[in-house]
Amino acid sequence: MKKILVLSLLAVFGVYLLEVLFKIDFGHQFFLHGVKDFYLTTSPDKMGVANVVTAIVVNFRGFDTLGEVTVLFLATTAMSSILYKGRHQLGERAVLFSSSRIVMTGSKLLFPAIILLGAYVFIHGHLTPGGGFQGGVIIATGFLLMLLSYEDYKVSHVALSLVESLAGITFASVGLLGFLNGGTFLQNFLPTGGLNNLISGGVIPIIYIAVGFKVGAELTGLIYTALNEKD
Amino acid sequence: MEFKLFDLSIVEYAFFITAVLIILIGLYGALVKKTLIKIVIGLSVLDAGINLLLISVGYVKSGTAPIFSPALIKDMPLTLENIKKLSEGMVDPVPQALVLTAIVIGFGVTAVALSLVIRLYRHHHTLNIDEIKNLKW
Repeated sequence: MKKILVLSLLAVFGVYLLEVLFKIDFGHQFFLHGVKDFYLTTSPDKMGVANVVTAIVVNFRGFDTLGEVTVLFLATTAMSSILYKGRHQLGERAVLFSSSRIVMTGSKLLFPAIILLGAYVFIHGHLTPGGGFQGGVIIATGFLLMLLSYEDYKVSHVALSLVESLAGITFASVGLLGFLNGGTFLQNFLPTGGLNNLISGGVIPIIYIAVGFKVGAELTGLIYTALNEKD
Repeated sequence: MEFKLFDLSIVEYAFFITAVLIILIGLYGALVKKTLIKIVIGLSVLDAGINLLLISVGYVKSGTAPIFSPALIKDMPLTLENIKKLSEGMVDPVPQALVLTAIVIGFGVTAVALSLVIRLYRHHHTLNIDEIKNLKW
Protein backbone atom coordinates (compact mmCIF):
# COMPACT_ATOMS: atom_id res chain seq x y z
CA MET A 1 0.00 0.00 0.00
CA LYS A 2 2.75 2.41 0.99
CA LYS A 3 4.66 1.44 -2.14
CA ILE A 4 1.73 2.34 -4.43
CA LEU A 5 1.30 5.66 -2.64
CA VAL A 6 5.00 6.50 -3.01
CA LEU A 7 5.08 5.40 -6.67
CA SER A 8 2.09 7.55 -7.63
CA LEU A 9 3.57 10.51 -5.74
CA LEU A 10 6.87 10.08 -7.59
CA ALA A 11 5.09 9.75 -10.95
CA VAL A 12 3.24 13.05 -10.45
CA PHE A 13 6.45 14.75 -9.31
CA GLY A 14 8.41 13.40 -12.28
CA VAL A 15 5.76 14.38 -14.86
CA TYR A 16 5.57 17.95 -13.62
CA LEU A 17 9.39 18.27 -13.35
CA LEU A 18 9.81 16.97 -16.92
CA GLU A 19 7.08 19.25 -18.23
CA VAL A 20 8.95 22.28 -16.89
CA LEU A 21 12.27 21.02 -18.25
CA PHE A 22 10.87 20.29 -21.73
CA LYS A 23 9.98 23.96 -22.05
CA ILE A 24 13.70 24.79 -21.88
CA ASP A 25 15.33 23.73 -25.13
CA PHE A 26 18.22 21.41 -24.35
CA GLY A 27 21.45 23.16 -25.33
CA HIS A 28 19.75 26.44 -26.12
CA GLN A 29 21.61 29.63 -25.28
CA PHE A 30 18.86 31.16 -23.21
CA PHE A 31 21.05 33.56 -21.25
CA LEU A 32 22.42 35.38 -24.28
CA HIS A 33 23.44 38.57 -22.51
CA GLY A 34 23.74 37.65 -18.92
CA VAL A 35 26.08 36.80 -16.14
CA LYS A 36 27.68 34.04 -18.24
CA ASP A 37 29.17 36.46 -20.77
CA PHE A 38 30.52 38.69 -18.03
CA TYR A 39 32.35 35.78 -16.39
CA LEU A 40 33.61 34.37 -19.70
CA THR A 41 35.12 37.69 -20.84
CA THR A 42 36.36 39.12 -17.52
CA SER A 43 38.16 35.98 -16.40
CA PRO A 44 40.75 35.69 -19.23
CA ASP A 45 40.84 39.41 -20.00
CA LYS A 46 41.29 41.09 -16.62
CA MET A 47 42.21 38.29 -14.22
CA GLY A 48 44.51 36.13 -16.35
CA VAL A 49 42.79 32.85 -15.41
CA ALA A 50 42.27 30.31 -18.19
CA ASN A 51 39.78 28.09 -16.32
CA VAL A 52 36.64 30.17 -15.89
CA VAL A 53 35.07 27.76 -13.38
CA THR A 54 38.09 28.24 -11.08
CA ALA A 55 37.79 32.02 -11.45
CA ILE A 56 34.14 31.82 -10.36
CA VAL A 57 34.74 29.43 -7.48
CA VAL A 58 37.80 31.15 -5.99
CA ASN A 59 37.44 34.80 -6.95
CA PHE A 60 33.88 35.84 -7.79
CA ARG A 61 32.39 33.44 -5.24
CA GLY A 62 35.44 33.21 -2.97
CA PHE A 63 33.51 33.94 0.21
CA ASP A 64 31.16 31.07 -0.63
CA THR A 65 34.16 28.75 -1.03
CA LEU A 66 35.40 29.79 2.42
CA GLY A 67 31.99 28.75 3.77
CA GLU A 68 32.17 25.49 1.82
CA VAL A 69 35.54 24.62 3.37
CA THR A 70 34.01 25.43 6.77
CA VAL A 71 31.14 23.01 6.04
CA LEU A 72 33.68 20.25 5.33
CA PHE A 73 35.46 21.08 8.59
CA LEU A 74 32.13 20.94 10.45
CA ALA A 75 31.32 17.55 8.88
CA THR A 76 34.69 16.17 10.05
CA THR A 77 34.20 17.55 13.56
CA ALA A 78 30.62 16.26 13.78
CA MET A 79 31.67 12.81 12.58
CA SER A 80 34.46 12.46 15.13
CA SER A 81 32.27 13.79 17.93
CA ILE A 82 29.56 11.26 17.04
CA LEU A 83 31.92 8.30 16.66
CA TYR A 84 34.38 8.91 19.52
CA LYS A 85 33.53 8.77 23.19
CA GLY A 86 36.56 10.70 24.42
CA ARG A 87 39.29 12.79 22.85
CA HIS A 88 41.86 10.63 20.98
CA GLN A 89 40.18 7.49 22.34
CA LEU A 90 40.68 5.21 19.35
CA GLY A 91 39.06 1.82 19.04
CA GLU A 92 40.40 -1.29 17.35
CA ARG A 93 40.67 -1.28 13.56
CA ALA A 94 38.09 -3.60 12.04
CA VAL A 95 40.02 -5.96 9.72
CA LEU A 96 37.93 -8.32 7.62
CA PHE A 97 40.87 -10.00 5.89
CA SER A 98 44.56 -9.10 5.85
CA SER A 99 46.00 -8.05 2.51
CA SER A 100 48.57 -10.11 0.62
CA ARG A 101 52.19 -9.13 -0.01
CA ILE A 102 51.39 -8.15 -3.63
CA VAL A 103 48.78 -5.62 -2.49
CA MET A 104 51.11 -4.23 0.20
CA THR A 105 54.07 -3.76 -2.16
CA GLY A 106 51.90 -2.42 -4.96
CA SER A 107 50.22 0.19 -2.77
CA LYS A 108 53.61 1.27 -1.37
CA LEU A 109 54.73 1.84 -4.99
CA LEU A 110 51.54 3.64 -5.98
CA PHE A 111 51.26 5.91 -2.93
CA PRO A 112 53.85 8.60 -3.96
CA ALA A 113 52.44 8.65 -7.50
CA ILE A 114 48.91 9.28 -6.20
CA ILE A 115 50.14 12.10 -3.93
CA LEU A 116 52.01 13.62 -6.90
CA LEU A 117 48.90 13.45 -9.10
CA GLY A 118 46.84 15.15 -6.40
CA ALA A 119 49.43 17.92 -6.03
CA TYR A 120 49.52 18.36 -9.83
CA VAL A 121 45.72 18.67 -9.98
CA PHE A 122 45.50 21.38 -7.33
CA ILE A 123 48.57 23.35 -8.44
CA HIS A 124 47.23 23.51 -12.02
CA GLY A 125 43.69 24.33 -10.89
CA HIS A 126 43.61 27.65 -12.75
CA LEU A 127 44.88 26.18 -16.05
CA THR A 128 43.29 22.75 -16.47
CA PRO A 129 40.11 21.02 -15.25
CA GLY A 130 40.47 20.29 -11.56
CA GLY A 131 41.39 22.29 -8.51
CA GLY A 132 41.75 22.25 -4.77
CA PHE A 133 38.78 20.05 -3.93
CA GLN A 134 39.55 17.44 -6.58
CA GLY A 135 43.28 17.34 -5.76
CA GLY A 136 42.53 17.04 -2.05
CA VAL A 137 40.21 14.09 -2.69
CA ILE A 138 42.91 12.37 -4.80
CA ILE A 139 45.43 12.78 -1.94
CA ALA A 140 42.91 11.33 0.52
CA THR A 141 42.40 8.28 -1.73
CA GLY A 142 46.18 7.67 -1.53
CA PHE A 143 45.94 7.59 2.27
CA LEU A 144 42.85 5.35 2.03
CA LEU A 145 44.85 2.87 -0.08
CA MET A 146 47.63 2.77 2.53
CA LEU A 147 45.13 2.41 5.40
CA LEU A 148 43.35 -0.46 3.66
CA SER A 149 46.49 -2.40 2.75
CA TYR A 150 48.45 -1.95 6.00
CA GLU A 151 46.60 -2.89 9.18
CA ASP A 152 48.96 -0.94 11.45
CA TYR A 153 49.31 2.20 9.30
CA LYS A 154 49.02 5.24 11.54
CA VAL A 155 48.11 8.79 10.58
CA SER A 156 49.10 11.45 13.11
CA HIS A 157 46.07 13.44 14.25
CA VAL A 158 48.35 16.28 15.39
CA ALA A 159 49.97 16.61 11.94
CA LEU A 160 46.56 16.49 10.23
CA SER A 161 45.07 19.24 12.37
CA LEU A 162 48.25 21.31 11.98
CA VAL A 163 48.11 21.12 8.16
CA GLU A 164 44.37 21.80 8.21
CA SER A 165 44.54 24.87 10.42
CA LEU A 166 47.61 26.29 8.63
CA ALA A 167 45.79 25.98 5.29
CA GLY A 168 42.68 27.61 6.75
CA ILE A 169 44.74 30.48 8.19
CA THR A 170 46.41 30.95 4.78
CA PHE A 171 43.03 31.18 3.05
CA ALA A 172 41.64 33.68 5.55
CA SER A 173 44.77 35.84 5.70
CA VAL A 174 45.09 36.01 1.88
CA GLY A 175 41.48 37.15 1.94
CA LEU A 176 42.25 39.78 4.58
CA LEU A 177 45.27 41.03 2.56
CA GLY A 178 42.73 41.96 -0.13
CA PHE A 179 41.89 44.99 2.02
CA LEU A 180 45.27 46.46 0.92
CA ASN A 181 44.92 49.32 -1.57
CA GLY A 182 41.36 49.86 -0.46
CA GLY A 183 40.01 46.60 -1.89
CA THR A 184 37.46 44.16 -0.52
CA PHE A 185 37.73 40.78 1.20
CA LEU A 186 39.42 38.17 -1.07
CA GLN A 187 40.18 40.76 -3.76
CA ASN A 188 43.23 40.16 -5.92
CA PHE A 189 46.25 42.28 -4.88
CA LEU A 190 49.01 40.54 -6.86
CA PRO A 191 49.93 41.09 -10.54
CA THR A 192 47.91 38.77 -12.77
CA GLY A 193 50.62 37.63 -15.21
CA GLY A 194 50.09 36.12 -18.65
CA LEU A 195 47.25 33.79 -19.56
CA ASN A 196 48.10 30.07 -19.38
CA ASN A 197 51.32 30.57 -17.41
CA LEU A 198 51.75 28.51 -14.25
CA ILE A 199 52.33 31.66 -12.19
CA SER A 200 49.33 33.73 -13.18
CA GLY A 201 45.97 34.76 -11.83
CA GLY A 202 47.23 36.57 -8.71
CA VAL A 203 45.95 35.04 -5.47
CA ILE A 204 43.89 32.26 -7.10
CA PRO A 205 46.67 29.59 -7.18
CA ILE A 206 47.66 30.39 -3.57
CA ILE A 207 44.07 29.99 -2.35
CA TYR A 208 43.52 26.80 -4.34
CA ILE A 209 46.74 25.22 -3.02
CA ALA A 210 45.60 26.04 0.53
CA VAL A 211 42.18 24.51 -0.22
CA GLY A 212 43.88 21.40 -1.61
CA PHE A 213 45.92 20.87 1.57
CA LYS A 214 42.88 21.52 3.75
CA VAL A 215 40.56 19.15 1.90
CA GLY A 216 43.23 16.42 1.75
CA ALA A 217 43.88 16.65 5.50
CA GLU A 218 40.18 16.78 6.36
CA LEU A 219 39.21 13.77 4.22
CA THR A 220 42.17 11.74 5.50
CA GLY A 221 41.08 12.50 9.07
CA LEU A 222 37.50 11.53 8.18
CA ILE A 223 38.57 8.15 6.75
CA TYR A 224 40.82 7.50 9.76
CA THR A 225 37.98 8.39 12.14
CA ALA A 226 35.56 6.03 10.42
CA LEU A 227 38.09 3.16 10.38
CA ASN A 228 39.01 3.51 14.07
CA GLU A 229 35.45 3.91 15.32
CA LYS A 230 35.11 2.84 18.98
CA ASP A 231 32.32 0.54 20.04
CA MET B 1 10.77 10.46 -46.51
CA GLU B 2 13.77 9.26 -44.60
CA PHE B 3 13.60 8.47 -40.93
CA LYS B 4 16.09 10.27 -38.75
CA LEU B 5 16.46 8.96 -35.23
CA PHE B 6 18.17 12.05 -33.86
CA ASP B 7 15.38 14.36 -34.88
CA LEU B 8 13.22 12.84 -32.21
CA SER B 9 12.94 15.24 -29.33
CA ILE B 10 13.12 12.36 -26.86
CA VAL B 11 16.78 11.82 -27.80
CA GLU B 12 17.52 15.53 -27.45
CA TYR B 13 16.06 15.53 -23.96
CA ALA B 14 17.82 12.32 -22.91
CA PHE B 15 19.87 14.22 -20.33
CA PHE B 16 16.82 15.71 -18.64
CA ILE B 17 14.96 12.39 -18.66
CA THR B 18 17.96 10.52 -17.22
CA ALA B 19 18.48 13.14 -14.52
CA VAL B 20 14.79 13.07 -13.48
CA LEU B 21 14.84 9.24 -13.47
CA ILE B 22 17.91 9.21 -11.21
CA ILE B 23 16.22 11.72 -8.88
CA LEU B 24 13.07 9.56 -8.74
CA ILE B 25 15.08 6.38 -8.08
CA GLY B 26 16.89 8.12 -5.23
CA LEU B 27 13.63 9.40 -3.72
CA TYR B 28 12.06 5.94 -4.04
CA GLY B 29 15.01 4.39 -2.21
CA ALA B 30 14.88 6.99 0.54
CA LEU B 31 11.10 6.64 1.02
CA VAL B 32 10.44 2.91 0.65
CA LYS B 33 13.54 1.01 1.82
CA LYS B 34 13.70 -0.26 5.38
CA THR B 35 17.47 -0.47 5.90
CA LEU B 36 19.23 2.68 7.07
CA ILE B 37 22.25 2.14 4.81
CA LYS B 38 19.93 1.88 1.78
CA ILE B 39 18.22 5.14 2.76
CA VAL B 40 21.59 6.91 2.86
CA ILE B 41 22.46 5.38 -0.54
CA GLY B 42 19.12 6.66 -1.89
CA LEU B 43 19.90 10.17 -0.65
CA SER B 44 23.28 10.20 -2.38
CA VAL B 45 21.74 8.87 -5.63
CA LEU B 46 19.23 11.76 -5.40
CA ASP B 47 22.20 14.12 -5.01
CA ALA B 48 23.85 12.77 -8.17
CA GLY B 49 20.64 13.20 -10.15
CA ILE B 50 20.27 16.83 -9.11
CA ASN B 51 23.90 17.52 -10.06
CA LEU B 52 23.38 15.98 -13.52
CA LEU B 53 20.20 18.07 -13.97
CA LEU B 54 21.98 21.33 -13.11
CA ILE B 55 24.91 20.56 -15.43
CA SER B 56 22.62 19.72 -18.35
CA VAL B 57 20.61 22.94 -17.90
CA GLY B 58 23.85 24.88 -18.46
CA TYR B 59 24.73 23.05 -21.68
CA VAL B 60 25.04 25.00 -24.93
CA LYS B 61 24.78 23.16 -28.26
CA SER B 62 28.22 21.92 -29.43
CA GLY B 63 29.87 23.97 -26.70
CA THR B 64 33.32 23.33 -25.27
CA ALA B 65 34.49 23.39 -21.67
CA PRO B 66 34.87 26.98 -20.35
CA ILE B 67 38.68 26.88 -20.39
CA PHE B 68 40.83 29.17 -22.54
CA SER B 69 43.49 26.53 -23.21
CA PRO B 70 46.44 27.09 -25.62
CA ALA B 71 44.91 24.56 -28.04
CA LEU B 72 41.74 26.66 -28.25
CA ILE B 73 43.41 30.06 -28.55
CA LYS B 74 46.11 28.91 -31.02
CA ASP B 75 47.93 32.03 -32.30
CA MET B 76 45.05 34.45 -31.96
CA PRO B 77 45.91 37.75 -30.26
CA LEU B 78 43.86 38.00 -27.08
CA THR B 79 41.81 41.08 -27.77
CA LEU B 80 38.39 41.56 -26.21
CA GLU B 81 36.67 40.78 -29.53
CA ASN B 82 38.50 37.47 -29.94
CA ILE B 83 37.64 36.49 -26.36
CA LYS B 84 33.99 37.27 -27.01
CA LYS B 85 34.06 35.18 -30.19
CA LEU B 86 35.64 32.22 -28.36
CA SER B 87 33.26 32.47 -25.44
CA GLU B 88 30.21 32.09 -27.66
CA GLY B 89 31.11 28.43 -28.22
CA MET B 90 31.45 27.66 -24.52
CA VAL B 91 29.00 26.13 -22.06
CA ASP B 92 27.69 28.08 -19.08
CA PRO B 93 30.32 28.01 -16.28
CA VAL B 94 27.97 29.14 -13.49
CA PRO B 95 26.09 25.81 -12.98
CA GLN B 96 29.41 23.97 -12.99
CA ALA B 97 30.74 26.15 -10.17
CA LEU B 98 27.50 25.68 -8.23
CA VAL B 99 27.60 21.90 -8.70
CA LEU B 100 31.17 21.86 -7.35
CA THR B 101 29.75 23.37 -4.15
CA ALA B 102 26.80 20.95 -4.16
CA ILE B 103 29.07 17.90 -4.46
CA VAL B 104 31.09 18.98 -1.41
CA ILE B 105 27.96 19.65 0.67
CA GLY B 106 26.50 16.28 -0.39
CA PHE B 107 29.70 14.57 0.66
CA GLY B 108 29.56 16.18 4.12
CA VAL B 109 25.90 15.20 4.55
CA THR B 110 26.63 11.58 3.56
CA ALA B 111 29.57 11.36 5.98
CA VAL B 112 27.57 12.65 8.96
CA ALA B 113 24.57 10.44 8.04
CA LEU B 114 26.77 7.33 7.86
CA SER B 115 28.34 8.07 11.23
CA LEU B 116 24.86 8.45 12.73
CA VAL B 117 23.94 5.08 11.17
CA ILE B 118 27.00 3.48 12.82
CA ARG B 119 25.96 4.92 16.23
CA LEU B 120 22.37 3.70 15.78
CA TYR B 121 23.62 0.23 14.90
CA ARG B 122 25.83 0.12 18.00
CA HIS B 123 22.89 1.17 20.18
CA HIS B 124 20.06 -0.96 18.74
CA HIS B 125 22.05 -3.83 17.11
CA THR B 126 19.88 -3.59 13.98
CA LEU B 127 19.62 -1.43 10.85
CA ASN B 128 15.93 -2.09 10.17
CA ILE B 129 13.90 1.04 10.88
CA ASP B 130 10.81 -1.02 11.76
CA GLU B 131 12.64 -2.47 14.74
CA ILE B 132 13.93 0.90 15.93
CA LYS B 133 10.83 2.27 17.64
CA ASN B 134 11.61 5.99 17.55
CA LEU B 135 12.33 6.11 13.80
CA LYS B 136 8.88 5.15 12.43
CA TRP B 137 6.97 7.45 10.10
